Amino acid sequence: MTDTAVARSWTKAQVAGWLQAYGVYLAVVLLLVFNLAFTDNFLSAANFRTQLVQAAPVCIVALGMALVIGTEGVDLSVGAVMALSAALIPLYLGYGPVAAVLVALVAGLAAGLFNGFLVSYIGIQPIVATLALLVGGRGLALVIAHGQLIGVRDQSFLTLGTGDLLGIPISVLVAAVLSVLTGLLVRRTTFGRRIVAVGGNRSASALAGLPVRKVLVGVYALCGVFAGIAGVLATARLGASDPADIGLLMELSAITAVVVGGTPLTGGRVRILGTVMGAVLMQLVRATLIKHDLPDSTAQLVQAAIIVVAVYVARERSTR
Amino acid sequence: MSVTEAPATAPVAGARRQLMAGLLQRQGAAAVLVVVIIVSWLSFPRFGSADNLRDLALQSSFLAVIALGMTFVIITGGIDLSVGSVYALGGVLAAYGSQWGFLVALALPLAVCGLIGLINGILVARTGLAPFIVTLASLLFARGLLLAITSEGATTYKIKDGSAFLELGRGEIFGVGVPVYLAIVLFGLGGLLLRRTRFGQSLFATGGAEQSALLMGLPVARTKITVYTMSGLLAGFAGALTAAYLQSGVTVIGVGTELDAISVVVIGGTLLTGGAGTVIGTVIGVALRNVIQNIINQIGTLDSNYQSVVSGAFLLIVVVIQRWLARPRTHR
Repeated sequence: MTDTAVARSWTKAQVAGWLQAYGVYLAVVLLLVFNLAFTDNFLSAANFRTQLVQAAPVCIVALGMALVIGTEGVDLSVGAVMALSAALIPLYLGYGPVAAVLVALVAGLAAGLFNGFLVSYIGIQPIVATLALLVGGRGLALVIAHGQLIGVRDQSFLTLGTGDLLGIPISVLVAAVLSVLTGLLVRRTTFGRRIVAVGGNRSASALAGLPVRKVLVGVYALCGVFAGIAGVLATARLGASDPADIGLLMELSAITAVVVGGTPLTGGRVRILGTVMGAVLMQLVRATLIKHDLPDSTAQLVQAAIIVVAVYVARERSTR
Repeated sequence: MSVTEAPATAPVAGARRQLMAGLLQRQGAAAVLVVVIIVSWLSFPRFGSADNLRDLALQSSFLAVIALGMTFVIITGGIDLSVGSVYALGGVLAAYGSQWGFLVALALPLAVCGLIGLINGILVARTGLAPFIVTLASLLFARGLLLAITSEGATTYKIKDGSAFLELGRGEIFGVGVPVYLAIVLFGLGGLLLRRTRFGQSLFATGGAEQSALLMGLPVARTKITVYTMSGLLAGFAGALTAAYLQSGVTVIGVGTELDAISVVVIGGTLLTGGAGTVIGTVIGVALRNVIQNIINQIGTLDSNYQSVVSGAFLLIVVVIQRWLARPRTHR
């Protein structure tokens, strides 16, 4: 907008603002260039495919998380919801893959509605409300599955995890479609504008007559459904329902992706493309470290540093 | 006693309700604990046995030490997600350090974990980053450090037989484990610190109304740095005790422990919004969690995963009740 001033001299605040807005894209590009130059066998279709397939579940969960964070909330239960949906799939595969997937999604929806109800109508802090489901949800999933890993043999269901459509893995396609839809939801619908309004100033939104509670319930419900979808895809890819392990620490990966993507934790802003890129970036970081034979420990240390730096950069503008 | 007490001019019914609310808030978990203990004493003959109670106290002491630090952090309105990883790291460092003797085994985890806590505190207090995200990063950092010093979790450091350090976890005085005494001492000190010192009062002030605390000239930043450092130290100490008890630095412990610690603190009546809380409540929260776990184990036929279902449901019930009781005050 104010390009005359920007063009001449960049102040520190402007650099910080620019970094917050575009830092994640810059980081992805830099990492890609680095890998193209220094990593063997990086530039192959098979490799890109692997990277995207691995980033897809995190990306899907992070989309829902971005909406929740946009309302100044957080959903810690996403990993547990993935486990719940995974645990239900083998129970209903007998009725056909469609029924099983539907049940898994309904479980995600129910969990999300539950969280949303607690946050909006009861008025419990998002961290605690979703913490309860994080603690209880995985336990429930393990109780449902009797604590066991259950193999899934239904071919059409497994296609969801391993199959292709037009040469693109189905899970990647699902992630892409959901990203576009979520982007449209945020940008082009009343609901999307309301999310941003509620996150920006909840009491002002309530005074302006916005249905704050319904918006909150809707946001958590969407987040639950997205976690359910991620649970279905992860189960299909693994070829087994593993409620003990599926989605473990997913809440942390998803929050990281959202925050790295430039959505402030203080709400009032949702960046969908940034979130997708955040998920891709974290996957690229991990892949780069693995391909250069750096151990998992280093990967975690680097991830920790990235989170702090990303949030520090994002902080500059939100504190005025 | 606390600043949230009912004003004297409130109508009698309102005052009574607030009194009830305060009582339930402070004593609700205690009442449930008493009921649960009585019921399980009567229904499970093994529950009341000295062996079981001794074991229960010992198992509770490790989580209690972690939860003590969490109580301080939560009273200032913060949260510390890193304690689970720091706890595991403390255990590994203690086992690793034990080859150089008792002092190193104790000092090494305390130094490293305290340093992690200090960094958490500095980041939270000086840069204004959300505690949630800072400690999330140090959760990853501590776990990464743990993996780095155990060759990706493949090495488990053992503590040599006969090492004096083992007494810290396995020793008994009058038939009760040393960690239990240590936890009691720490909670006593913590309670005094919270209730009887200037520092304790500044914790409540920081958590209750940070802006006012700042305007009153309280050292808010220093208070925050101190509580996160204490949380790191206590988590590291709990890890060292666990290592002494298990005679090795187990690398896989502590996953999700931060959530256990948070839920017992909340169940004990400490408000997650900050500004109110007690250490005795945290003791009750820990006891309640472990008694319920103990009962589920006693029933035997119940899937052990019911433990987390019960914990989650219980946490939920407690916060819903807290919220419901706090309602008249916030809607004034």
